[in-house]
Amino acid sequence: MTSSIWSPTRRSFLAGSAALGAAGLIGTRPASAAVDWKRFAGTTLEVNLVKSPRGETILKYISEFEALTGIKVNAEATPEQQQRQKTTIELSSGRPSFDVVHLSYHVQKRQFEKGGWLADLSGYFKDPSLTDPSLTEGDFAEAGLAFAKDADGRLRTLPFSVDYWIVYWNKELFEKKGLKYPTTFEEMVTAAEALTDKAEGTYGFVARGLKNANTPVWTSFMLGYGATPLDASGKLATTSEGAVEAAKLYQRLMSKSAPVGVSGFNWAESQSAFLQGKIGMWFDGVGFAPPIEDPQKSRVVGKVGYGVMPAGPKAQAAATTGDGIGVTEASKNKEAAYLFCQWAISHEMGARLLQAGAGVPFRQSILEDAKVREGVKMPSAWVDAVVASGKISQLALPVIIPVTEFRDIYGVGLTNMIGGADPAKELESATAQFEPVLARSEG
Amino acid sequence: MASVTIEPTAARDLAAKGGKPQRLAPNYWPFVMPALVVIGAVIVFPWVFTLWMSVNSWTLGQEQTFTGLDNYIRLAGDMRFWESMWHTLVYTALSVIAPLILGTLAALIFDGEFPLRGFLRGVFVMPMMATPVAIALVWTMMFHPQLGVLNYLLSLIGIGAQEWIYNQSTVIPALVLVETWQWTPLIMLIVLGGLAAVPREPYESAEIDGANAWQKFRYLTLPMIAPFLMIGVIIRSIDAVKSFDIIYAMTQGGPGTASETINIYLYNTAFSYYDIGYGSAMAVVFFFVIIALSFVLMMVRARTNWSDMEER
Repeated sequence: MTSSIWSPTRRSFLAGSAALGAAGLIGTRPASAAVDWKRFAGTTLEVNLVKSPRGETILKYISEFEALTGIKVNAEATPEQQQRQKTTIELSSGRPSFDVVHLSYHVQKRQFEKGGWLADLSGYFKDPSLTDPSLTEGDFAEAGLAFAKDADGRLRTLPFSVDYWIVYWNKELFEKKGLKYPTTFEEMVTAAEALTDKAEGTYGFVARGLKNANTPVWTSFMLGYGATPLDASGKLATTSEGAVEAAKLYQRLMSKSAPVGVSGFNWAESQSAFLQGKIGMWFDGVGFAPPIEDPQKSRVVGKVGYGVMPAGPKAQAAATTGDGIGVTEASKNKEAAYLFCQWAISHEMGARLLQAGAGVPFRQSILEDAKVREGVKMPSAWVDAVVASGKISQLALPVIIPVTEFRDIYGVGLTNMIGGADPAKELESATAQFEPVLARSEG
Repeated sequence: MASVTIEPTAARDLAAKGGKPQRLAPNYWPFVMPALVVIGAVIVFPWVFTLWMSVNSWTLGQEQTFTGLDNYIRLAGDMRFWESMWHTLVYTALSVIAPLILGTLAALIFDGEFPLRGFLRGVFVMPMMATPVAIALVWTMMFHPQLGVLNYLLSLIGIGAQEWIYNQSTVIPALVLVETWQWTPLIMLIVLGGLAAVPREPYESAEIDGANAWQKFRYLTLPMIAPFLMIGVIIRSIDAVKSFDIIYAMTQGGPGTASETINIYLYNTAFSYYDIGYGSAMAVVFFFVIIALSFVLMMVRARTNWSDMEER
């Protein structure tokens, strides 16, 4: 096994720790022998981040990057929705105010690629004077690499953090009813209905019901039926048998086993309901876990199981979304900006992300590093769910430009289904609305 | 410095007689220019640009092409647009009527003499001072079907859990409840001002004639405070029709599109879907709706002036 700053052996980790401690005393930090980190000293970089636990992890340690490289970083972090608007408007103007951009793959990937807004990083990635040898394509989870490359196979971003959809389950409620964690969709429905006792205010299942936010719940179910929103030729397949069955499953779980008012729930409302200890299962991204084990916020500390998505009739798949970090095509400091991206997804930064429960790095070497796993604050079952989900990972949303419209239009249909509307008819209506939108975007 | 070359009243007289008003002296232009530049930059240019964009197909990141009236034709067949227009009208009407009734009632109460009146009036106007987004967050928590205090209070008197903003059929009334809570004090202050200006003599005459309390309110108070009520209606209408913050922070137009007003749909189209051309067409149509509404309000206001009433 080769040792480097990104994937240390036990011996080099200890040696490195000692060196870091010593370096801390004199205010310097060792760099890889191959990469000349000081090459762009004196450059100023503008960095645009999403205000999230992931973006904040980068912000927290930026001074280390500045000490390592001599590059001055001006970083700005804005809430997700505003950041998406700001970056799109600035990038479309052709003169963005930033060199580095943090993006949500599941929403912005296709838009950024079609706009030609991201620099091609393939050359830098292969350049040993810019890229540490431990950073290889093989180290990224498959979904990460699929997200990071454009249709022509050029690397446009570096995969930063992945979010798998898992099932959080209340072990105490399951035990009371003598139930086990479901392994199939059918068992999940049975358990959800068995756990529901409306008189007691206990419900078997909760997930997003709010328009737009709810669409990934349905597309996640679709994966279990062997279906995806777009077929292999890129045409909408949202009225297929799998799509309708997934919608029926959504309707059944959300109308029979979910709490009152679920059609207005986003992840935050679902989370707060689950934290009260009255919900059997909560289906959402793995990144929302930390408050569950925080006694200040949760009544279910130590009582929660972290389950991999149960298998559908045709497949078992963990729906996947993710964040990437890239360099803008308009940047005049592309190589320095690339160094920043590389630092942001480094072994050390990925370990911090994972250990704080702020996110899950796309790099497998970090997840597999026993030393890193030891420092994770979340229970080991959470890490196990992350690793197991990585093995059955599939993209949660179609890679298209109008992702927001897709989520809005189908989301309205899903909300109507909770109110009793017919799933097949709602999907037909949503498809008729969305087809011209998709055609315009790719036209 | 040169003397003023034109008297405004003289200019009006000239214009009225069909004569040409004198031109502004050249050395006065430097004083006028800053205002012209600002008005041009912040009012005229955005308006002309919006008009231009509305006849183009332009999605951020893609080519911009001139499409004539296509966006307007698309708008005519867009059910979501018409639904949002309807939601806007319902939301505006309820957000005007409810504070108007409650604000008038509150003003009638606070117009009387009772202990701690000043203090209670101060407490009553406090919601008006709060930030809309902060209000939205607090009310969202209060409306929560399981954890919210409102359902808890209802349970104390035996009423079952309500879904408030979490149900498509109750979301607009629930949002109006928040608007009403915040803006009733404004109407109260306006009406209180009106009540203070009301003469006492007509009431004495009415009492001699044997009028009861309702008759005094209906035939004396109401007509006399009508101009003040109209001011309240105008202020509330303008505010409610452009309401965005509370709705966006509480429901984002949901569940589904049940509380999506034209502002929310316009915002989503332009800044979530980045369909600037279509969003601009929506803005232009909405602008004319507001103009029409303003005309109606101005006409109604003209009918409620005291001087007109005297003439009648």
